[in-house]
Amino acid sequence: MKKKFGIKEVVAIGIGTALFVALTEVQIPIGIPNTYLQPRMAVFAFLAAVFGPIVGGVVGLLGHALGDLVFYGSVWWSWVIPEAVIGLGIGLIAKKLAIKEGGFDKKAIITFNVVQVLANAVAWILVAPALDILIYVEPANKVFIQGAYAALGNILIIGILGTLLAAGYAKIGAKSSSLSKED
Amino acid sequence: MLSYDTRVLVVMVVFSLVIFYMSKTKWKQVGAVFNMIMIFLLLNIIAVFIFSPYQGVKIYGSRTDLFHIIGPYTMTAEQLFYEGNMILKYFTIIPAALMFFVTTDPSEFAASLNKVGIHYNIGYAIAIALRYIPDVQGDFTKIKHAQEARGIEMSGKASLISRIKNVAAIIFPLIFSSMSRIDTISNAMELRGFGKHKKRTWYYARPLKRNDYLTIGVVVIFAIIGLFITFHNGSRFYNPF
Repeated sequence: MKKKFGIKEVVAIGIGTALFVALTEVQIPIGIPNTYLQPRMAVFAFLAAVFGPIVGGVVGLLGHALGDLVFYGSVWWSWVIPEAVIGLGIGLIAKKLAIKEGGFDKKAIITFNVVQVLANAVAWILVAPALDILIYVEPANKVFIQGAYAALGNILIIGILGTLLAAGYAKIGAKSSSLSKED
Repeated sequence: MLSYDTRVLVVMVVFSLVIFYMSKTKWKQVGAVFNMIMIFLLLNIIAVFIFSPYQGVKIYGSRTDLFHIIGPYTMTAEQLFYEGNMILKYFTIIPAALMFFVTTDPSEFAASLNKVGIHYNIGYAIAIALRYIPDVQGDFTKIKHAQEARGIEMSGKASLISRIKNVAAIIFPLIFSSMSRIDTISNAMELRGFGKHKKRTWYYARPLKRNDYLTIGVVVIFAIIGLFITFHNGSRFYNPF
């Protein structure tokens, strides 16, 4: 992976954001009112894990903001910023995971999931409620319960679908060590 | 974004509606989205009341009971006023947001972003996003129909695990086609020399005209007045109690 912010990163942000926004509509109800599993989170975590922290952060920011704008008409900033936090967090380990190079093994799967759980916890149980209270002056117990549910749902969907996506993509990606020397 | 002052909000809603009317946006273009926003808004204000029926009392520092509902829930004038302000706050933004979406051309938007000093990489990424949202949505629908034709259950009848599996059946092809789309587009851009120079010109760039400067001026004045009122009151809330 190149260090520089190249053309591929620009396009990845664009298409990633488009994916994120398009998938905003796709939600799986899990029985708790107003809480859904959001497949877009899995896609988003996958993109961050492939393209790194900048792409992850910006896709989270832009994707959530545009998605809010398209489907709800107003941007809920206190939930947009945590999204960027998750993208950044997961993106930071992109190099280690080496998904594109086909290196998504058991150890990487565990790292990926530990980091995503941490990132989700920080984003939805710390950052989101704090901003909700600061910007929108919403009642504290409401936002913390909302945040906890969001964290739970996102951890679930990223853990299942996100891991599968990364593993699947790593499988079709060329392994850097897939060539063997002939005798 | 910060003010909860009823007077400021009312003025902003009125302005917002006037601009919306002047933009000649058709109801047909935004009706569906508007209805969704209303449902979301309704759920939110109900949730606020259920979780914290006395938030208004806390903010305005007084309590005027109107009528008792059930158990610990009593409707107070302060709560009504607080939630009314929340609704107003929504309505200041909704018309502007809807208008922005139906009237903005992605390419022009990217050019303008670059003009106000944002690096063209970011501008271009946003332009790509806006440009490809319909494409990705189209892909999604196509894949969904194809998978349904192969017998995958998409409705709520399936169990949770199989529902996740079914969504995965759509997401997988969608992601892989998007990944190759990223490659295609970035190769095409590379061939055309994107990113070679520090600056670039825009086919869709437009010079700022008198009305643009006027708009900017009005916005700045508005923001200053809003901030002034907020600091003058020493609070983000207008307290009639």
